[in-house]
Amino acid sequence: MTPHPSLPAEVRLDLYRTMVLIRTYEEAILGEYHADKSPGFDIGAGLIPGEMHLSAGQEPVAAGICAHLSADDAVTAAHRPHHLAIAHGVDLRPMTAEIFGRTTGLGRGRGGHMHLFDPATHFSCSGIVAEGLPPALGQGFAFQQRGSDRVAVAVAGEGAANQGAFHEALNLAALWKLPVVFVIEDNDWGISVPRDASTSVPSNAERAAAYGMPGARVEGNAVEEVWEAAGLAVERAREGGGPTLLEVHTLRLWGHFEGDAQAYRPGLDVVADQDPIPVYRDELLAAEVLTPADDARIREAAGGRVADAIAYAKESPVPAAADALDYVFVEGARS
Amino acid sequence: MTTLDEAGIAAEPDPGTRKLSTAKAIQEAIAGEMRTSDDVFVMGEDVGSYGGIFSSTTGLIDEFGPGRIRDTPISETAFIGMGIGAAVEGMRPIIELMFVDFFGVCMDQIYNHMAKIHFFSGGNVRVPMVLMTATGGGYSDGGQHSQSLWGTFAHLPGMKVVVPSTPYDAKGLMTAAIRSDDPVVYMFHKGVMGLPWMKKNPRSIGPVPQQRYEVPIGKARVAREGKDVTIVTLSLSVHHALDVAENLAGEGIDVEVIDLRSVVPLDRETIQASVAKTRRLIVVDEDYESFGLSGEVIASMTIADPTLCSYAARVCVPDVPLPYARDLEYAVLPTPARIELAVREAVS
Ligand SMILES: Cc1ncc(C[n+]2csc(CCOP(=O)(O)OP(=O)(O)O)c2C)c(N)n1
Repeated sequence: MTPHPSLPAEVRLDLYRTMVLIRTYEEAILGEYHADKSPGFDIGAGLIPGEMHLSAGQEPVAAGICAHLSADDAVTAAHRPHHLAIAHGVDLRPMTAEIFGRTTGLGRGRGGHMHLFDPATHFSCSGIVAEGLPPALGQGFAFQQRGSDRVAVAVAGEGAANQGAFHEALNLAALWKLPVVFVIEDNDWGISVPRDASTSVPSNAERAAAYGMPGARVEGNAVEEVWEAAGLAVERAREGGGPTLLEVHTLRLWGHFEGDAQAYRPGLDVVADQDPIPVYRDELLAAEVLTPADDARIREAAGGRVADAIAYAKESPVPAAADALDYVFVEGARS
Repeated sequence: MTTLDEAGIAAEPDPGTRKLSTAKAIQEAIAGEMRTSDDVFVMGEDVGSYGGIFSSTTGLIDEFGPGRIRDTPISETAFIGMGIGAAVEGMRPIIELMFVDFFGVCMDQIYNHMAKIHFFSGGNVRVPMVLMTATGGGYSDGGQHSQSLWGTFAHLPGMKVVVPSTPYDAKGLMTAAIRSDDPVVYMFHKGVMGLPWMKKNPRSIGPVPQQRYEVPIGKARVAREGKDVTIVTLSLSVHHALDVAENLAGEGIDVEVIDLRSVVPLDRETIQASVAKTRRLIVVDEDYESFGLSGEVIASMTIADPTLCSYAARVCVPDVPLPYARDLEYAVLPTPARIELAVREAVS
């Protein structure tokens, strides 16, 4: 990767810190998820039941993009939301409590890991592929109408870019010059289907041309390159220049969901060598931006925050069955 | 279908003793029909080398190859619409969309096209396609992955809606669905598939005949005979109802359980005959309560004969999305405990 001399050391360290925090978090969730699902993997058992989609390998996308955002900007994620939520600054405690299905969770235990909604950071996600993109248009529209320079970032996988909602959203955002940045995380796989078996063009960045917006693709899963490309896209949106489509060629280190044996995916061992976090750490060490002692401190700090969030979640109460009918409407409409 | 081996169309044979999971029974039905007709093919997300997320197509790609067991992009409007077009040309597509919850993105193709073409053409064009999908909750997958929604499809005219509860029915109904000249929505509950990574339901593995056979679509099954209360239900709830019935038998409460097997057509005669005997009707439905199957069953019994039922009740998902947290989810699902309570109230 080419170094970015323009990138201040503090920014580089922040990018690294964010990536480490995400990975530390997801490794801890992974441990909790599997801890009580044996003997014999049972998806519905344990403290964290249901499907679990983790984003190990995709940290550069979240860190590089969210570094340009504040809590006033909106982020919509897909079914693989944790890296983006963390990078965007969603409070780890209520987020974790939601994943554990507790009353202190972002959704008071109603939503779970695929349905995280945080009004404080304008963060949301969706378990329905590509359907998180159109709402980002509306958030961008609200920002535009109100004369602010806030932006909405809509993130989806390369599989999602074949869905109707993606194409409709791009057209409309470009037509109305909405302050939206579309981000495609191309991790090569849509569950078991490889990109070249699902997508008619090698790069989704090319598709941007069809909608009259700039498209860019970042190869190599390098966080600083994502940071640079995202900076341009976010700035353009803030300045009223309209949407950009940014695709990052990233990496799904683990299965589509936990429990996915990935028999369809040969050569998995090669993937581990490309883990972007050790790659970036070595680079920062070589550039003397990071010392081994700093690294240890960063990891320790991340470990502390994650342990705190998990302890908080575990200590929080589970919702009472008697409250199962709450929150369908703001005001009661049930007959 | 002229390509079919007529001898293979056995009316329901004896189940024999060979046991299969529901998932395996579905695969066997598809393979059996694919062997007899080149017009039958499968298309959907992760149906190929993955074998279907709920194992509905495991191993089929090995026998039939990626040409006839086709993985699609995540382009539901396109590939479901494509199934319609192929069916209009006389092919027999089996299209899978993983979870019923995902159909919102492509509903137009389903309810305005797949379901209406036969009608619009004055009966001249047929759409012999099967749309297959997974339903149901109970494992904390949240409100976008746990719904049942058969009532939605049943409400919109023009498609048959089939919902097996046993491996035997799963095979016979799938065979009938593939052979049907109508569009059939085939909905299997994840909890009856016999998947190794889900809580085991002992009845998700059961006897299945080797040969090809049809279970006729539209004929309910009396899963258990009884004289005190009729439970009308389908899918996983059939097993809950049978468990409850067995428990209560010891107390002298005799429950009849009707497994609908299909929502469209709805076998009102079988329900009516049962209620005429027991006089008490309980509908158990893992779909939402209002404006759905339970209301339809109760209304049609009352209309058929206002004096038929002395008692009617329903155990459904109250009108709330499926919550994630386990205690909340089980508070709204039609659990055996809720069903048992409903039966006790009915006979008290
Ligand atoms: C409308 C819809 N169709 C199908 C699915 C099932 N599904 C969930 S994730 C997924 C693959 C998504 O691939 P991609 O967009 O590349 O994201 P990734 O999982 O690689 O992050 C599929 C098919 C869904 N959730 N919603």
